[in-house]
Amino acid sequence: MTKRLSKADRSRPTRWVGRLLTLGPGGLYLTLFLAVPLAVIVTYSFMRRGTFGGVVYQPTLENYRRAVDPLFLRILWDSVRIGGLTTLLALLIGYPAAFAITKLPTRWRLPALVAIVLPFWSNFLIRTYAWIVLLNREGILSKALRAVGLTDEPVGFLYNRGSVVVGLLYAYLPLMILPLYAALDRIDPALDEASADLGAKPWRTFIRVTVPLSLPGMTAGSIFVFVPSIGNFVVPELLGGGQAVMVGNLIRDQFLRARDWPFGAVLSLSIVGLMMILLVVQAVQLKRTRAHA
Amino acid sequence: MPRFRRWLVFPLLGVYGFLYVPIVILAVLSFNESGLPTAWTGFSTKWYGALFSNDLILRGARTTLVVALGATVLATIIGTLLALGLERYSRSVLFDAFAIAPAVVPDIVLAIGLLAFYTMIQFTLGTVSVLFAHVTFNIAFVTAVVRTRLHNFDQQLEEASLDLGATELRTFFRVTLPLIAPGILAAALLSFTLSVDEFVIAFFTRGAGVETLPTVIYSMVRFGITPEINALAVVLLGLSFTVVVVSQRLIGLRRVVDNA
Amino acid sequence: MKTRRSLVLMACTLALILAGCGGADTAERPIEEQSLVISNWEGYMPDDLVPNFSEQFGVETTLTFHATNEEIVGKLVAAQGEGFDVVFVSGQFAQALAGQGLLAEIDHEQIPNAENLYDEVGSLGYDEGMQYSVPYAWGTTGLCYRSDLLDFEPDSWWDLLDPPAELSGKITMLATERWLMLPAQKALGFSVNTTDPDEMEQVKQVLIDAKQHLLAYDDTTFYSKLVSGEAWLVEAWDGWCNYGIAENPDIKYVIPQEGTDLWVDTMAILASSENKEAAHAFINYVLEPSIHSWVVENILYKTPNRAAMELVDPSLFETFPNLAMTPEELLQGEVLLDLGDAQPMYTQIATEVLAGS
Repeated sequence: MTKRLSKADRSRPTRWVGRLLTLGPGGLYLTLFLAVPLAVIVTYSFMRRGTFGGVVYQPTLENYRRAVDPLFLRILWDSVRIGGLTTLLALLIGYPAAFAITKLPTRWRLPALVAIVLPFWSNFLIRTYAWIVLLNREGILSKALRAVGLTDEPVGFLYNRGSVVVGLLYAYLPLMILPLYAALDRIDPALDEASADLGAKPWRTFIRVTVPLSLPGMTAGSIFVFVPSIGNFVVPELLGGGQAVMVGNLIRDQFLRARDWPFGAVLSLSIVGLMMILLVVQAVQLKRTRAHA
Repeated sequence: MPRFRRWLVFPLLGVYGFLYVPIVILAVLSFNESGLPTAWTGFSTKWYGALFSNDLILRGARTTLVVALGATVLATIIGTLLALGLERYSRSVLFDAFAIAPAVVPDIVLAIGLLAFYTMIQFTLGTVSVLFAHVTFNIAFVTAVVRTRLHNFDQQLEEASLDLGATELRTFFRVTLPLIAPGILAAALLSFTLSVDEFVIAFFTRGAGVETLPTVIYSMVRFGITPEINALAVVLLGLSFTVVVVSQRLIGLRRVVDNA
Repeated sequence: MKTRRSLVLMACTLALILAGCGGADTAERPIEEQSLVISNWEGYMPDDLVPNFSEQFGVETTLTFHATNEEIVGKLVAAQGEGFDVVFVSGQFAQALAGQGLLAEIDHEQIPNAENLYDEVGSLGYDEGMQYSVPYAWGTTGLCYRSDLLDFEPDSWWDLLDPPAELSGKITMLATERWLMLPAQKALGFSVNTTDPDEMEQVKQVLIDAKQHLLAYDDTTFYSKLVSGEAWLVEAWDGWCNYGIAENPDIKYVIPQEGTDLWVDTMAILASSENKEAAHAFINYVLEPSIHSWVVENILYKTPNRAAMELVDPSLFETFPNLAMTPEELLQGEVLLDLGDAQPMYTQIATEVLAGS
């Protein structure tokens, strides 16, 4: 039993009730709606593709052997780079914004927060098309540049890696800002003041107090941005002109185009496995730093 | 209360600028007579008229609202409890991983797995089947956001409450919940946002004739984005903004934030 | 009175027992008691078609939409076909669904209007004799271009794959893999259904080389790119090119000299359907000449229905010349077939091409 819990002086029966009430519903829900469906996918991964698609019940390990392919590793690496860059930019842009919201007068915080997610309550596809309207060679930006005489030729900003990153950043920025806000808003202003009273410059306070305390928010936000970024296939198709293939694309193609569910299952399980290992490592580290604190 | 540092306004405005650029574009397009993005042919509200007579889009909007609201409420309750449980009663890294897993599993995998599962247990597909599916991935996001709030949570406040003779339940509702409320609010916003826009899982787990906004819009893609859909986006934004402002005035939602 | 009723009841019971012996369900429900779930592409059928059918036949009908063949087939496979009665899918996908045992055999006696179809549709390779599917619309893949911006008339797939310098960066190709491969397959003189790895290796090389001239791969908005002038020459399905022509008459469609495919979108009935009579009645209704010609005028796609095509407003053939293609011309195109075990190879090559650098 940890120190924290013994201090709380909770009796054993209450602990059991608490455990059941808090972990019970979530555990049950995820077992039914996540573990069971995933078990189906795991089963597929050992089967064979039927001639016309679907699965044929002949156990095999062949699909796992096929997954070790330089092409897939290259796409994985490519996705990680694009997703990583998106995450980094989201963090750099999102952090000051989230921090600013926590420093707003209280009555402005909720509207400010809602204003962050509001654009996302319209459809993703529509917003992405709006970017195309803005950035294409005959688009608004290109025409504006010509109008002010910056260029004579039409300029296109689309169909490259840069436009994919912008599209992904746009799609997932709120997923970074919301957890950052939740984490930053928790920080006791007294800590800031104490640090200032002790003579620390604001920047030093920020680096030594605020940033470390918001680490859980940064981690959560980074996961929320990175994971869907490498899984997104609409942005690479529309803004990337289909010329960048992401992991999400690869997996969807196996299920829907190749109709090779067993192989698709293996690919997705390996991605999920890889992520889980990273997350567990990160969780263990977090627990360790917390134990030190 | 720390004073607002003036320079902080710039990154914030920058972010809003970035987020609202496409919104402004589609708002302008929705009033364009021709409806085409290529040229401005004059101001018109005809696309709004077309929108309100397009039954498919309106039905989609309704279903999406039901699914997103329902999934948000369920996921926020289950996810908040889960976050509390994981922080207080569990030291299992595996359980931690299990709780974040729905966010990591590719949507097509969850979609096919869930559909196979629904078919197996003879669960009738409809709106509810989509709602349940959305709760699954929302739980992961809610749990993770609320946990960032619970980290290094000052438990002395709870202990003080207990010492003063409050029951555990009372302490939870009067002390713990208000303290983590901003986290829950952020989580609920996130979960609603994710649900409103989800396509793949909704397509696979919906029943016949049940269209969500994303399934309607994706199915229309072969004709490009029709101006009615731009109009719809504008109407939705206007509506949600009104709802937020009104609810803030009426029920004092801001107290949730104030209590932090 | 009383005795009469009990007699009827006895007769009924007897009939039920006799019928029940074979374990057969109470088939042959009158179709007014049946209900239909139909999945189609959005905008691929006149809006009033389903309501009119529903009213005329008293069949409660739910219409639902899919965006792509791949999605609806994925859903049907995962749910073992449950939840749908009639689906609209392309021929090679109907072939794959039938191959997985998910489609019901078509009972031709219940579809007398199949008489109206061109005789040739009975021998299309994806489903010889229309055993599992009935054709709804058909067409070709070719080049769609801005005749006012191009200073030549494209007539070869090489104009797309290896274009003159001024076209570089102004070209789009379809990304869905069968049509991604098609230009290179036809340019090299191969079949669109080839499963030969050596041939496909050459196809891959041509496609990778062609990539440098592309603006984008685009399956959905290529015609609006043409209209805006962002693209000048695109690979397109004829029906979609018509959407561009409708907005700008300088847009033209041509089938390259090396030939092309013939794709057929079909209607199929699910094996798990419990409303097969109503499903047949629906398909028969669509094949009605007056209905099917209204389909053509509404969606601007060709249908393989002789009687219907004769009824189509002739002025449309002038505006959209490719609508006037005869079955003989269409049948010069190669019918797309399911690739069977070679499908994963196609997907792999498509991935290599799209991700290639």
